[in-house]
Amino acid sequence: MAKDLPLKIETHDFSFFYGAKQALHNITIGIPERRVTAFIGPSGCGKSTFLRSINRMNDLIDGTRVDGHMVVDGADVYSKDVDVVTLRRRIGMVFQKSIPFPKSIYENITYGLTLNERRSKSDLDSIVESCLRRAALWDEVKDRLHNSALGLSGGQQQRLCIARAVAINPDILLMDEPCSALDPISTGKVEELITELKDTYTIVLVTHNMQQAARVSDFTGFFLMGSLIEFDRTRTLFTSPSKKETEDYITGRFG
Amino acid sequence: MEWSIRLVASASIVVIFLILLFVMREAATLFVGKSATTTQATSTGAPTADLAPESYNPDAEAAPASTEPDVYNPEAQDPAAAGSQGEPGAPGQFIYASKNPKYPEIYNPDTGLLPTDIDEVVEETASADTLAEQSVLSKLGGDAWQPVGEIPKFGVKPLLIGTFKTTSIAILIGAPLGILAALYVAFFARRRVREIVKPAIELLAGFPSVVIGFFCLVTVASYIQDVTGAPYRLNAIVGGIGLALAVIPIVFSIAEDALSAVPKTLREASLALGSTEWQTAYRVMLPAAAPGVFAAVLLGIGRAFGETMIAIMATGNAPLSSFSPLEPARTVAATIGSEMGEVVWGSEHYGVLFFMGVMLFVFSFGLNAITELYVKKRLIKKFQGQ
Repeated sequence: MAKDLPLKIETHDFSFFYGAKQALHNITIGIPERRVTAFIGPSGCGKSTFLRSINRMNDLIDGTRVDGHMVVDGADVYSKDVDVVTLRRRIGMVFQKSIPFPKSIYENITYGLTLNERRSKSDLDSIVESCLRRAALWDEVKDRLHNSALGLSGGQQQRLCIARAVAINPDILLMDEPCSALDPISTGKVEELITELKDTYTIVLVTHNMQQAARVSDFTGFFLMGSLIEFDRTRTLFTSPSKKETEDYITGRFG
Repeated sequence: MEWSIRLVASASIVVIFLILLFVMREAATLFVGKSATTTQATSTGAPTADLAPESYNPDAEAAPASTEPDVYNPEAQDPAAAGSQGEPGAPGQFIYASKNPKYPEIYNPDTGLLPTDIDEVVEETASADTLAEQSVLSKLGGDAWQPVGEIPKFGVKPLLIGTFKTTSIAILIGAPLGILAALYVAFFARRRVREIVKPAIELLAGFPSVVIGFFCLVTVASYIQDVTGAPYRLNAIVGGIGLALAVIPIVFSIAEDALSAVPKTLREASLALGSTEWQTAYRVMLPAAAPGVFAAVLLGIGRAFGETMIAIMATGNAPLSSFSPLEPARTVAATIGSEMGEVVWGSEHYGVLFFMGVMLFVFSFGLNAITELYVKKRLIKKFQGQ
């Protein structure tokens, strides 16, 4: 498995509760650095919950509780002295629905940068350009950087959101079904982007689309009913799964 | 079913226009009546020519077409009878006194009163008026508001200044507090707190303004005087605070609605970029809700300058042309509210009060129109990109 690679995110018996309902059951996993890790599984299996636990987005929901350990870079994310804001600056996130801020394209990119520090205009200009180039969006929007981001198409908006997440220069990029609302062409562009970004970032991807997981990821985990059934190299998992449930799912017997 | 709903809806719109039409018609007597007065007074000056007959001298011989003379001046038909009743403070006497305070002794019912006397007196005051001021408009532009003086002065400037003073103080206090409260309740408060605070502040919107006025009159006024050492107990600051109490719930409830309507996902996206709750609130959520918040402030302004009872009770109600917040003020609405009850119907004063009503109407209408057409667009562009 991934034992030979340095691990970025590790969990030990990690459980998650929405009130009395347990959404994750004793997840133990090691996510390798600078690789794309995909989580697949049927709806409601807990893969998104797990993803949102990594940067503590689930804190925003009332009445949630965690158990066990979630370790990023050797430090427990849920220990008391962790500053959530700093943590989230290290762990970028892209959501299922593209959510550009109702600001200009330029301001969308610079938003995360100017939160805590002042930067010079030329500094910002170059960051905006490089981020948009990385997101393969520069050529499409370079003439209207100061127009509202809401005027972009859905695919462009999603790539803008990726550029926005990349701009704050995180170590980890969490992607929660980033292509589920996009057409095949936009999906292709985003997938290209993911492949390109994995040299720099540890990418964790949640997807409904098994072909997508097979295409872009190096490692794949299969979730079912809040448990991690199997986690292995993508090729291994899709060609010779060790668990019956995994095989049933990827061969389309359910889900 | 559908037609009845349509009927009710269109009727309510028609009613609003009818109210405006009525107010404008009453205000129009100011212009029409005054021009008739001046021309007649200069051309004839004879006692037979009644000055604005239908309103000023309902008791005169030449006024058969007068508007309900017996309702307004029952004693005037028979002054001797009024005199024989002889009670000081009888209704007829009171009306005469307010009409021509220059010669109160002539109207003493004890001495008896002849129609010719009245004509003489009115003619005299009218000539004094024509010397003092020429047109209605120049009158309205004067610096003093003394509607029942020897020479009545109808300068609305002090009233406009007073309205401006109290409204701006109210908005400067009320809008930030209302918006901050809305931000807190929408994004920071726990659910339990929100469930208590939100209805509590919204309940304040239905609070009787006379109670707020009384509270300011008794409590806030003393406190402000202690703090500022203002020479007048009731002043524009006290009035402004009172109006702010009326403005806050309106700004709060509309701004809170606008902020809550911003998609929760936007908040998540901002927090995921490593911003704090507060940065998210004022850099993402507030701009996203800017049109709604702006509308809230605008309605707050409308409430502040239209509010009457608090303005009557807490501002000191003195028509001064001073911009100092520590001096008393008198608002347009308060003037209408306090003087309409004892004004002589159809008089110049009456017309001026209605004219100010039209002013209030036009101002609030214009404020909304400007916002809708111009400011809102610009603001949205500024906050949200083009």
